[in-house]
Amino acid sequence: MLQSKVFNKKTRGGRIQKQVREVYLRDDIYCGAFSCKSCDSSAARLSSSKIIVVDTNVVLHQIDLLENKAIDTVVVLSVVLDEVKNRNRSVYNRIRLLCSNPARQFYVFSNHVHKDTYVQAMEKESANDHNDRAIRVATLWYQKHLGDTSQVLLVTNDRENKRKATEEGISAETIEAYVKSLGQPELLDLLAQPTNEDITMEDADDSRPSKRKLIYQEHKPMSEITAGLHRGIYHQGKLRVNRFNPYEAYVGSESIGEEIIIYGRSNMNRAFDGDIVAVELLPRDQWQDEKALSIAEEDDEEDDTVHLAPDNVDDAPRTSNLSHETSGDKNAAPVRPSGRVVGVIRRNWHSYCGSLEPMSLPAGSGGTAHALFVSKDRRIPKIRINTRQLQNLLDMRIVVAVDSWDRQSRYPSGHYVRPIGKIGDKETETEVVLIENDVDYSPFSSQVLACLPPLPWSVSSEDVSNPVRQDLRHLLVFSVDPPGCKDIDDALHCTSLPNGNFELGVHIADVTNFVHPGTPLDDEASKRGTSVYLVERRIDMLPKPLTEDICSLRADVERLAFSVIWEMSPDAEIISTRFTKSIIKSSAALSYIEAQARMDDSRLTDSLTTDLRNMNTLAKIMRQRRIDRGALTLASAEVKFDIDPENHDPLNIGMYQILEANQMVEEFMLAANVSVAGQILKLFPSCSLLRRHPTPTREMLEPLLRTAAAIGLTLDVSSSKALADSLDRAVGEDPYFNKLIRILATRCMTQAVYFCSGDLSPPEYHHYGLAAPLYTHFTSPIRRYADVFVHRLLAASLGIYKLPTVFQDRPQLTSVADNLNYRHRNAQMAGRASVELYVLIYFRTRPTDEEARVVKIRSNGFIVFVPKYGIEGPVYLTGKGEKGAGDWYVDEEKQKIVKMDGSLSYSVLQTVKIHMEVVEPQPNRPKLQLTLL
Amino acid sequence: MEYVNPEGLRLDGRRFNEMRQIVAEVGVVSKADGSAVFEMGNTKVIAAVYGPREIQNKSQQKKNDHAVVLCEYSMAQFSTGDRRRQKFDRRSTELSLVIRQTMEACILTELMPHSQIDIFLQVLQADGGTRSACINAATLALADAGIPMRDLAVSCSAGYLNSTPLLDLNYVEDSAGGADVTVGILPKLDKVSLLQMDAKLPMETFETVFALASEGCKAIAERIREVLQENTKQLEYRRAA
Ligand SMILES: [Zn+2]
Repeated sequence: MLQSKVFNKKTRGGRIQKQVREVYLRDDIYCGAFSCKSCDSSAARLSSSKIIVVDTNVVLHQIDLLENKAIDTVVVLSVVLDEVKNRNRSVYNRIRLLCSNPARQFYVFSNHVHKDTYVQAMEKESANDHNDRAIRVATLWYQKHLGDTSQVLLVTNDRENKRKATEEGISAETIEAYVKSLGQPELLDLLAQPTNEDITMEDADDSRPSKRKLIYQEHKPMSEITAGLHRGIYHQGKLRVNRFNPYEAYVGSESIGEEIIIYGRSNMNRAFDGDIVAVELLPRDQWQDEKALSIAEEDDEEDDTVHLAPDNVDDAPRTSNLSHETSGDKNAAPVRPSGRVVGVIRRNWHSYCGSLEPMSLPAGSGGTAHALFVSKDRRIPKIRINTRQLQNLLDMRIVVAVDSWDRQSRYPSGHYVRPIGKIGDKETETEVVLIENDVDYSPFSSQVLACLPPLPWSVSSEDVSNPVRQDLRHLLVFSVDPPGCKDIDDALHCTSLPNGNFELGVHIADVTNFVHPGTPLDDEASKRGTSVYLVERRIDMLPKPLTEDICSLRADVERLAFSVIWEMSPDAEIISTRFTKSIIKSSAALSYIEAQARMDDSRLTDSLTTDLRNMNTLAKIMRQRRIDRGALTLASAEVKFDIDPENHDPLNIGMYQILEANQMVEEFMLAANVSVAGQILKLFPSCSLLRRHPTPTREMLEPLLRTAAAIGLTLDVSSSKALADSLDRAVGEDPYFNKLIRILATRCMTQAVYFCSGDLSPPEYHHYGLAAPLYTHFTSPIRRYADVFVHRLLAASLGIYKLPTVFQDRPQLTSVADNLNYRHRNAQMAGRASVELYVLIYFRTRPTDEEARVVKIRSNGFIVFVPKYGIEGPVYLTGKGEKGAGDWYVDEEKQKIVKMDGSLSYSVLQTVKIHMEVVEPQPNRPKLQLTLL
Repeated sequence: MEYVNPEGLRLDGRRFNEMRQIVAEVGVVSKADGSAVFEMGNTKVIAAVYGPREIQNKSQQKKNDHAVVLCEYSMAQFSTGDRRRQKFDRRSTELSLVIRQTMEACILTELMPHSQIDIFLQVLQADGGTRSACINAATLALADAGIPMRDLAVSCSAGYLNSTPLLDLNYVEDSAGGADVTVGILPKLDKVSLLQMDAKLPMETFETVFALASEGCKAIAERIREVLQENTKQLEYRRAA
């Protein structure tokens, strides 16, 4: 049966065009009930005799409830799915997942093409009314179709729709009434709180808006915001809350070309981190006052947790108020525009994990308790929830979703979604780390897995005969990685040439031979962006068969690779470079320690060891040359654990040892990345994906300079070369001093970032840390999507493949780079959080005395760094909140804290003895505490 | 963009292997020697054939003992609803050539020396698959004109979107940027007379898409045969009356 759908569409030019689309109505759309005799039941899902049909708003707002196993035998209409898809992509993905989950009874009924349920839009009918009508028609069809065998219920919170349904003889209920009828009170926790617009007369009774104080200013209506943006009074941008001070946020605004600072919760006006907001600038004279005021107004919780020593400036709290303290002069601090949020254009609400604020149980159990949820993510305000199971939830890590935030409440309201597990439990806390850092750790979907080549996979004869692929199986190729590495991205070879030169090859897993643009596999990898490495768990970017087998350049099997091959003179000058797809057969997968041991064992003279030694000699020359050019050899404190194989608790922790073999492999990877960066940029100057490391500004290096000045050390920071040289000169009495200074320097730098070459000008491509004008990532395509992207660019530059279409779309390229930076950052944060978790577990049973170095002076004590464990945290000289209490004063210039009577003092970089122990100031909130011995 | 939903339905309600509705009629232009209208969904093409008649421009004749086949393709100004100029744009020239070659291969030109056959095609409504619709319309018109042919040249397209081969793409699907394979066959002779693809596909994928388009061609051939038989019956009936 054929129907023509006619509608008007606005064309790109702004003209209105009549569109005619055909709709083929079908008689092979089945109802999905097992009990039905007339329909084909091969795809049936619904076994119960009680069937519910949900409307769009129920799916959009109550998805957390629908995900609960107690809700089942649900018919999801295609019109509902379509509308959900248009309105909220993430909810759409979740409902789709439910529909495809064989353990659940969610059935998709394609009502829009069914011959009896197709509904033609009536004249002057709104899209909304049309959809509601279609939903009612479909529900009625079910009711008639299934007759007495089943009970069909329409669940809708739309009053008008419910009224009409009842009129038409359909049984309809609100979601609240339906959930109540199930007789499981804890399900009521999962209901989203009604938003202001939904509040009905009955509900309004207890909230009594008139009696409640208005805390926040009104959000301007959308029309006013649009007009304001147009006239330049308001500025649009994404709100980012300071990770270390939730009362400070920034909005990057294109219209004024600079960040606007928002101080305090009242100026943030109910906006969340990540929301797209409209901001109004405050009058210029309030820019400074506002700041002082906001800090005084809110209780600024100082970061008093022990954590991993930061690796770069993004890991460390911003200390913007310090310059202001030292100078005491208001005008010295650069004045940045401050503003306040006048409206939220798009919410970035999702679910958050954390725990409930400890509270005493209300008298009498079973009732509804109002609790405050505290997110692990400090940027998120506390969230008010109602629960009927307070007792069960107090010790738990839970997930909570936000529903609304009205002007009368200090905190937003939300609802409980699900438990994660007991606080402090290893699996629970690991899951928290993943959720908090937005890491997708769900298993790969069947569509993604369908893109994998059939297993067992091996190199085929077509691969061998492929003219673009060079057969390098005769070369002595080997890999060097951390012990137990399964995802081997890279392998190397080094042969002596008759002319005295060397041929050096870096062979990288040919991931793009298996991951094709536009496939579900590619989309998933692009979304994940990177594999995530936790202490005891790896969350892969690509499915396991690719990660550990097909792509992994394991020993003794033939594998496809993408190779960079240089001819190098004995003094490591590159004479020629070529790139080729290849087939290799690795003869050994060595660990760093094994490789090092081979090189060091003078009795060994086999060809593998000789090659290793030659490579090492070349790598050392290359490294020295890089350092001479001004590359920084920064130090980071990387921690590693020995894990008990039985109970998976940490047995021992220590710093990661860096061997010559590590540096050797690193050197060739850097060189390969640099060579590839040059090649792709030459061919694709405007759409290459590169990596840059911005030169740190003087302001960023300020903490380092202040510390250095306090101990009488002068550092030249005019260039990376100058800084590198002065770091080399910074030698103290004890051997650790230089390393400590390097660690302090490292944490002043920002991270390197990915970018699209067309977005910046060539001088900005510079990689400061490596002192390289060009850099990219090519060598780890199994675990980083950036490298997959670069592989495609390189292949296209060699004429092997055409460049995928995404490379012609600059905004999309930029967003790919942005996502990669975001994912990369999150993966690092997750990795650090996981290490911190294990540190806590380790010290739980092992109170320890250890040597530490003072790295920062505070008004009530100082921050110490514990080199042995790579962690740092505060040591208090006075009780918290006493702020020195007159006993101690801080000598800013000398970076010293001195006792009033002059009997005792501690200065920066001084060695102190501390005691480390896990304490529980509040039940179930263990933390590592450092005290002075 | 999702062109096939997880229920296996395309945007217009078809499944992957379903063709749009076909409507065909011959003898629609009385002045021509043969004519036909061919519709596939919202794509509508009219074809008119003149000939065989004496060759007008001798220079066009390449082989003396064969008839010359000429083809002119155009799109009605109103066919897309989008105002477009360029009557003789490159696409039209290319299409004219492709259709001419396909039809020439199936007409028994050796039976009609010193003559020419003109095929005029106009797209009245375009909604994807115009190339195939033109060939199908031309075949009907040629048959209507009684021009001897080796076989019925028929054509159908298939594409590849969301990792699914799709038969007979409409305009929305066609503009999705996926591969679009147009296949023309001579069904009785089991020969391929046209194969065009405007993107790259891995070999295995191409084979499944090609097989799907060929199936479509066979179904169209069946339909065209029915239309012609029906027409013959009508003629017999009228003659008898
Ligand atoms: Zn049925």
